[in-house]
Amino acid sequence: MLVLLLLHLLAGVLAPVLVRWWGRQAFLALALVPAAGFAWTMAQLDAVVGGDEVREAVPWVPALDLAVTLRLDSLALLFAALVTGVGALVLVYCARYFEPDEEGVGRFAGNLTAFAGSMLGLVLADDLLLLYVFWELTTVFSFLLIGGSGARVAARRAASQALVLTTAGGLAMLVGLIMIAEASGSYLLSEVVADPGSGPLLTAGTVLVLAGAVTKSALVPFHFWLPAAMEAPTPVSAYLHAAAMVKAGIYLVARLAPGFADVPGWRPIVLGLGVATMLVGGYRALRQNDLKLLLAFGTVSQLGFLMTLVGAGSRELAAAGLVMTLAHALFKSTLFLGVGVIDHATGTRDLRELSGLGRRLPALAGAAGLAAASMAGLPPLLGFVGKEAAFTALWDGGLPDRTAAVVVLAGLVLGSVLTVAYTLRFVWGAFARKPASPPTAPAELAHPPTALFLAAPVVLTLTGLVLGPASPLLEPLVAGYADTLPLLAPEVVPLALWHGWQPALALSLLTLLGGAAIFAARRPVHRLQRRWAVGASADEGYWNTLQAVDRLAVLVTGTTQRGSLPAYLGTILVVVLALPGSVLVFRAPWPGEWRAWDTPVQALVGAVVLIAAALALRIHQRLSAVLVVGVTGYGLAVLFALQGAPDLALTQFLVETLTLVVFVLVLRKLPKDITERHRPRERAVRGVIAVAVGLLMAGVGAVALAARTATPVSVAYPEQAYEFGGGKNVVNVTLVDIRAWDTLGEISLLVVAATGIASLVFLRRRTGVIARLAQEQRAVRAERWSRRAPRRRWLAGSVALAPERRSVVLEVLTRILFHSIIVFSLFLLFSGHNQPGGGFAGGLVAGLALVLRYLAGGRYELGEAAPVDPGLLLGAGLLVAGTTGVGGLILGAEVLQSAIFDFTLPVLGDIHLVTSLFFDMGVYLIVVGLVLDVLRSLGAELDRQEDEHDAIDLAPGEVVLR
Amino acid sequence: MTPTVVLPVIIGGLYAAGVYLLLDRSLTRVLLGFLLLGNATNLLVLSSGGPAGGPPIIGVTEPGEMSDPLTQALVLTAIVITFGIAAFLLAMIYRSWRLVRQEVVGVDEEDRRVARREGIHADELDPDDLAPEDRSAAHADSLHSSSLEGDRAAEHALAERYAGIPSDDVDLPPTRGAAR
Repeated sequence: MLVLLLLHLLAGVLAPVLVRWWGRQAFLALALVPAAGFAWTMAQLDAVVGGDEVREAVPWVPALDLAVTLRLDSLALLFAALVTGVGALVLVYCARYFEPDEEGVGRFAGNLTAFAGSMLGLVLADDLLLLYVFWELTTVFSFLLIGGSGARVAARRAASQALVLTTAGGLAMLVGLIMIAEASGSYLLSEVVADPGSGPLLTAGTVLVLAGAVTKSALVPFHFWLPAAMEAPTPVSAYLHAAAMVKAGIYLVARLAPGFADVPGWRPIVLGLGVATMLVGGYRALRQNDLKLLLAFGTVSQLGFLMTLVGAGSRELAAAGLVMTLAHALFKSTLFLGVGVIDHATGTRDLRELSGLGRRLPALAGAAGLAAASMAGLPPLLGFVGKEAAFTALWDGGLPDRTAAVVVLAGLVLGSVLTVAYTLRFVWGAFARKPASPPTAPAELAHPPTALFLAAPVVLTLTGLVLGPASPLLEPLVAGYADTLPLLAPEVVPLALWHGWQPALALSLLTLLGGAAIFAARRPVHRLQRRWAVGASADEGYWNTLQAVDRLAVLVTGTTQRGSLPAYLGTILVVVLALPGSVLVFRAPWPGEWRAWDTPVQALVGAVVLIAAALALRIHQRLSAVLVVGVTGYGLAVLFALQGAPDLALTQFLVETLTLVVFVLVLRKLPKDITERHRPRERAVRGVIAVAVGLLMAGVGAVALAARTATPVSVAYPEQAYEFGGGKNVVNVTLVDIRAWDTLGEISLLVVAATGIASLVFLRRRTGVIARLAQEQRAVRAERWSRRAPRRRWLAGSVALAPERRSVVLEVLTRILFHSIIVFSLFLLFSGHNQPGGGFAGGLVAGLALVLRYLAGGRYELGEAAPVDPGLLLGAGLLVAGTTGVGGLILGAEVLQSAIFDFTLPVLGDIHLVTSLFFDMGVYLIVVGLVLDVLRSLGAELDRQEDEHDAIDLAPGEVVLR
Repeated sequence: MTPTVVLPVIIGGLYAAGVYLLLDRSLTRVLLGFLLLGNATNLLVLSSGGPAGGPPIIGVTEPGEMSDPLTQALVLTAIVITFGIAAFLLAMIYRSWRLVRQEVVGVDEEDRRVARREGIHADELDPDDLAPEDRSAAHADSLHSSSLEGDRAAEHALAERYAGIPSDDVDLPPTRGAAR
């Protein structure tokens, strides 16, 4: 069975390719897949009728007890045969329904085939959650098939309406299934039905599951999605919305009925909604002019009928329900496919524009006529057998409560009268000659149907014709399921065409006469319908609900989102103060004892830092504000050093310097002062929030430290660092080995930030062209170099700089220091494993060397110093770091685990090589790349824009988003 | 572990200054606030590692006297990342200045529009407001009031042409065939 499902999946995936190769003929190949399913199903018939079950179980998520458990018993077999048989025929039909070069056929074919697989899975699943998965899959494919290409408003709306309704029901069902499973103690459908348990949990779960079935099978008050879904192509209407998907609700109710029919609430819901739906659907079908809509409302009506039968919970009605389900699938698919043929041939489905079609399409008229006879319940067709069985069962018993049985019987008879009436309207509308119209309308058939096009409806209707007289052969299969339900009638009435002169026969006759009368009096009936029409409909209720939700969303958004970032941040901070803040005040264990400081120097530095921070609030000159914030950063570096963290102090010092440089690069483009935009009252509110947050965080810091009683994990780090990481600098080993995953994530973040900076400045490219000296300038330079020592030109690129912007002292210093700094940065990188340093510090130092070159020599100097794309450095760094991680894996260890090699080289002496050094090299490259990216964007590119008066030139149609 | 007085005071002061600046409309001050917050947080994380100690380098300090290496490793990457983010914010400030000569956090106009509840809400139009061909097929309210002129005219024409055949529900749109 699993193989069949996988085959459907494969076919669904391949379908677009096949359609591209073979055009619409691909449907014939695709039809083989459900046909194979049908053949397999039929091959199991003997065993299943004999009382066996075919089972398969494949573990899926063992932790959740979720397994792909499939089971084929007589109920599943009947539905599986329907799904696969009708599916194969509909696919054959598709091969002629579509034009040879129509667009979107590949997608359609894939969706339809995949739907067939999901539907097969749905009826075969024995696990509640698996059932749910297939259930939702059918919903999704239905959505895709109704929506089509998504080009038409009506199709989109119909698709989303069907999706919203059936998914809402599906979610309710999921909750219900879980409740049922918890109440009964098993997630296996077969075990749940055998012993459902009891209690309020089970009752609530049952009602929720019924909600899913009711929405899926388009019962009142959710019936309106089904007619709207007729936007879909006709094969979809015939398959999903007549034979297969809408039957999912019927299947589920039939599946659960043996165990759940006596749960409180079951019968009122199922019977009440079923009968109501049958009447509403039939009534609405009577006034449709579109043949497809007429059939759609007819389907709604029939679904109500089927639901009533299979949900009643008695052997005799269940048997009638199964026969009726089979009959309905056969005749309704035929009729839908027939409407598709008419549509194809004439270009219209409006019964007012069709006339005299019966004589011109005799084969179609015959097939559709037989199907319609089955729908009306005329002997000797299968529809008659099912309807007779239903009437007989209700007349003799059928329900535990006699009054209910009488009411339901009356409802069903009335519904059948309507069925006969709209059946006649359909046949008359599609094929009859109408006196008010020309004898043949439309005058010419655009596309007379071919034999293959007619094959599917003819085969389906003939099956219905044969199964009528042959209905006793169905008895063992139907009984295999129906016998699991209690018999309420005095005796079992076997399926047959002729039971003698029974009351049911009189009822059948009554329905035929009544229906014919309504059809004959169609004009007065229609006037009556018009007079009785109510202003409200379920459909309008649905749209009103959606609109109400929408308005609520606008209201909530409009009240909470006022468009001011400071206001949002303020709100967040106030919540922080209110919740964690109150916990801190009332519940936190405050430290019992305090120390003043670790060293008095801390207090001194702290005072400087705080004064600088306070100044940052007052100063409105940009550069000065940046400088005082820089002071807090340098102060922090000292505090780090005092705390015993030389690595941090070094890094903080380097970063602070770089930050200052970058600030200056950008601030030169901005006005000198920051204008004050806040009223005093706003500033006061900000001040209160700020002070409160400061107090909160100070308290958090103290309380968090005081609350630490357990031994820190890092106590073992020094030993691990030396033994496994092969390094003496514990912080560095932590970065590149113990917590290397963290570092990998963080350097990735640096790559993202660098890319973001470049794209913000360069707008349309990753980076600009690297500014290099032109060939002539080089030539001049080479000539001068050959003649005399470079006395006046210390740097290669400074020749491009305006004389007033050059500084000889800086150039000389740069010339002398640059290479030494680079070597020092490499030293930091290589020694970092055992001494303060490492990839971060080394990269920052190298970055500072580049800053020096840029400041001294301008953007051409930067290009000469680092003639590489920063993106290349970033990518190479990430690659090196990542490869090191994978390397550990290849050597048979964990990802990012270090290996240590000790060996001797001729010149260098004893080498102690730890593989995490390569990881650190990656870090180094990324940090250098980041600095270079910043310099190139915020430095060189800004220079270029100024030098070349580069206006913001938008391409045509380009929009600036702020 | 026993907390010091000095470090929480510094942390609180930096947080207060940072938050104050963060709530400003000027992007430069927001960025300065961000830097102060970053410094404050780094110090907070580091101080949570416990009292000061020797550098966590084997051979320099005995393992028992080392300061906590874990918090240091956490803070070290944070420092560099703060730099990356600060540079990114600077690039944003520059871009904002270059495009519109402003470096302020403006009012979000989209939010304001929503607040004023203007325009068409999302997708869920009343079916009555749609063109007839866009309506859902099951939406059969044209029984009473067909406010749309075109709709009524079409109904009228059909009713005259096919007298005796009831004309009622909104129909499905013409299909593939009609286009030919």
